[in-house]
Amino acid sequence: MNSLEGVVVQIQGLSSSAGDISRLHVILKQAEESLRSESTRLSPILNQLDPSNHSLGYLYILEACTSASVSKEQAAMLVPYIARFISYCAPEQIRLAPEKFIAVCKRFKDQVMLLGTPMRGVAPLQAAVRKLQNSSEHLTTLHPEFLLLCLLAKCYKTGLSILEEDIFEVDQPRDLFLYCYYGGMICIGQKRFRKALELLHNVVTAPMSSINAIAVEAYKKYILVSLIHNGQFSTSLPKYTSSAAQRNLKNYSQSYIELANSYSTGKIAELEQYVRTNEEKFESDNNLGLVKQVVSSMYKRNIQRLTQTYLTLSLQDIANTVQLNSPKEAEMHVLQMIQDGEIFATINQKDGMVRFLEDPEQYKSCEMIERIDSSIQRIMSLSRKLTTMEEQMSCDPQYLAKAGRERQRFDFDDFDTVPQKFNI
Amino acid sequence: MEPEGSPSLKMIDEIHSNGGINLCDGDVDDEPSIDDTTTTTTNNRPIISSGEQLDVEAYGGLYQGRTKIMRLLFIAENCESNPAMRLEALRMAHDEIKKGENTQLYREVVQKIDGELGPNYAMDSAWCDSVDRRADQKKEKLENELNAYRTNLIKESIRMGYNDFGDFYYSHGALGDAFKSYVRTRDYCTTSKHIIHMCLSAILVSIEMGQFTHVTSYVSKAEQSPEALDPITAAKLRCAAGLAHLEAKKYKLAARKFLETGSELGSHYNEVIAPQDVATYGGLCALASFDRAELKSKVIDNVNFRNFLELVPEVRELINDFYSSHYASCLDYLGNLKANLLLDIHLHDHVETLYDQIRNKALIQYTHPFVSVDLQMMANAFKTSVAGLEKELEALITDDQIQARIDSHNKILYARHADQRNATFQRVLQTGNEFDRDVRSMLLRANLIKHEYNLRAARKH
Repeated sequence: MNSLEGVVVQIQGLSSSAGDISRLHVILKQAEESLRSESTRLSPILNQLDPSNHSLGYLYILEACTSASVSKEQAAMLVPYIARFISYCAPEQIRLAPEKFIAVCKRFKDQVMLLGTPMRGVAPLQAAVRKLQNSSEHLTTLHPEFLLLCLLAKCYKTGLSILEEDIFEVDQPRDLFLYCYYGGMICIGQKRFRKALELLHNVVTAPMSSINAIAVEAYKKYILVSLIHNGQFSTSLPKYTSSAAQRNLKNYSQSYIELANSYSTGKIAELEQYVRTNEEKFESDNNLGLVKQVVSSMYKRNIQRLTQTYLTLSLQDIANTVQLNSPKEAEMHVLQMIQDGEIFATINQKDGMVRFLEDPEQYKSCEMIERIDSSIQRIMSLSRKLTTMEEQMSCDPQYLAKAGRERQRFDFDDFDTVPQKFNI
Repeated sequence: MEPEGSPSLKMIDEIHSNGGINLCDGDVDDEPSIDDTTTTTTNNRPIISSGEQLDVEAYGGLYQGRTKIMRLLFIAENCESNPAMRLEALRMAHDEIKKGENTQLYREVVQKIDGELGPNYAMDSAWCDSVDRRADQKKEKLENELNAYRTNLIKESIRMGYNDFGDFYYSHGALGDAFKSYVRTRDYCTTSKHIIHMCLSAILVSIEMGQFTHVTSYVSKAEQSPEALDPITAAKLRCAAGLAHLEAKKYKLAARKFLETGSELGSHYNEVIAPQDVATYGGLCALASFDRAELKSKVIDNVNFRNFLELVPEVRELINDFYSSHYASCLDYLGNLKANLLLDIHLHDHVETLYDQIRNKALIQYTHPFVSVDLQMMANAFKTSVAGLEKELEALITDDQIQARIDSHNKILYARHADQRNATFQRVLQTGNEFDRDVRSMLLRANLIKHEYNLRAARKH
């Protein structure tokens, strides 16, 4: 009792200056054990503390509080506390004990899911991610948790806000795998296939010493999305892909590769037949929806191909060549594609003719100039980044030692030339 | 005028003499089923000709030796629809085999004839036995001779010995052994003449075996000979190389080789190829693979090749028609030639591909100069329906061979001019995006590797 009370007093007293806080941190670390043993009695204390001023202390107590498994009722009671804490806590304090903060946030996510209301966790976790990361390029362990909640709550747009930032620094490879996988799924949900493809590609080609389930699932989705987005899929992975992935991925996703082969024939009936016979497989992978999108993308692809060859074509002819049942159906498809900006065309309903037009973009507008300019800026900053990294790398003593050593093994004369290599 | 005239004159002689031989056979004319084909020979009308049926008699007369037999048998096998022609071909093959010593082939042919040509063409086992017996004796004799030469170590004699063995095997149809024997002479060749002789023998056997990779290598070996080749040999080598390229489906190279073939060839190589064939193969390959300028400079203005073309006026006409854009008549000629070309032992496999390529070329050439083309008129020019033409054009446009788009409502084809500026913008933006994406994922991977490396280093300490 005493110790608990004492801790509270300490927290209240030592939360103002940076020096105090680091002292408090030491005290809290020592008190960790005793806090845990009293976990059941801790919740009332939370009311005595202010989450924004006493963030570190609050964090320790919350962590101890949630360390035991919680029932549904307890969770219902705790969730608002944690949510409030996450939104008010001071970032500089919680970054002193990131593992505690991560643990609390993870439990928070579990509790929200236990309650069956993932939506409630979306906003707090987004705030948590922001508070935990020290720059927008930093991938925290909370990223995948946040994206998972977004997926479950179907708040894809919120998820996208975080996906738009470029990630370079990674703590744990597993975080990156999950982040890219969930991110890919969110982008698919928003039909941003290009971004989805990029994220899934990152999973598939990431360095890995052994194959993992995330990569396999990502590869399956990667195949489907490339079919939807590019209309084709090449089974050869880029050469920087880890050998584990290159060897194994194809074996685990045979039916998807066959789907891609069937797609490449361009025959809609064959593809549909294949999907029908393998429906269960896709269903059990939870990919049936995507597979159906693949099938419908083939109609689009075939219609798009027609725009390359024809200026005008009757709806009946479109229906025939694309193997749709009726001109009406063809009209719906064409209409949809015009709406989505996938083709440029006008339909003349009087005689049932479609007139395909050229892309009206003339690359003369201010917006286009701005877009190009922003692209250039982006690439310039990227290339600056690249140079910095290269400089860092070439100054790295470990790297130099290794590079020098490997050279020596081949030829002694080469050894002298090594430094020149890093002059760039 | 002189060089143009001479080969065709020679040809006429050739046909006349062959006609004479056939008449000497006498019993031929008794066969009622063949009568009408035999009577139409002996004018100098080209053999692979339009419209009417292939004149087997005259066709066979162009060749000699094994290729004549094989070509005839090929015709017999591939003209199921025409029993009279089949029997005629078999009959001629039979007669030709009887002149040689290949009993194996003889038995096969007799089996194929199956008594349909009367008692004269029944199995003559006495002949077979005597030939076989003689062959055994000859083989023994040759072996003894060769052994004697080898003990004496006289290079020239050993070479001759192997060469005789090659000839022996070749005439008895053991092509593999013949090839080996001819190749073995190589170690005993002392002059480049010998080497060329060896190469030509090897080429001949390889062509018969269908081993066209050997043909290419022996042609190049022969062409490397330090002494200048005499024109006839050079022409033979060109033909052989052309055939090899044709079989390998390298039509452009084949066309070049056939076009380079000197008119000295005449009928000197009729154990492999007739000058008419050079014209047909070369002409079709050239049409299928050359562009307009090349066609003009290398085919139409080629004085040398014109001599060959004179032998097959149809091919000459169709090339000229193609060049002067009379596609309908060009395609007419092609259509008429097709049935006979399908009976050609070397060309039959390639006829469809060549025809498709020629037709596509014609379509592309037709559309090329126009901004807009009326499909109805184009369909007339190509003797096809508008719908069929649309399909063909669609395929070509999809393949990016014609830059145009079809107005299927008004049935007009409009040329499409690629907008360089827009295309450049598009490409630039795309390249930028790709670069952006690649660099970012690369940085990410680099960081992951760094992480792993640090982790491993940390574990080590």
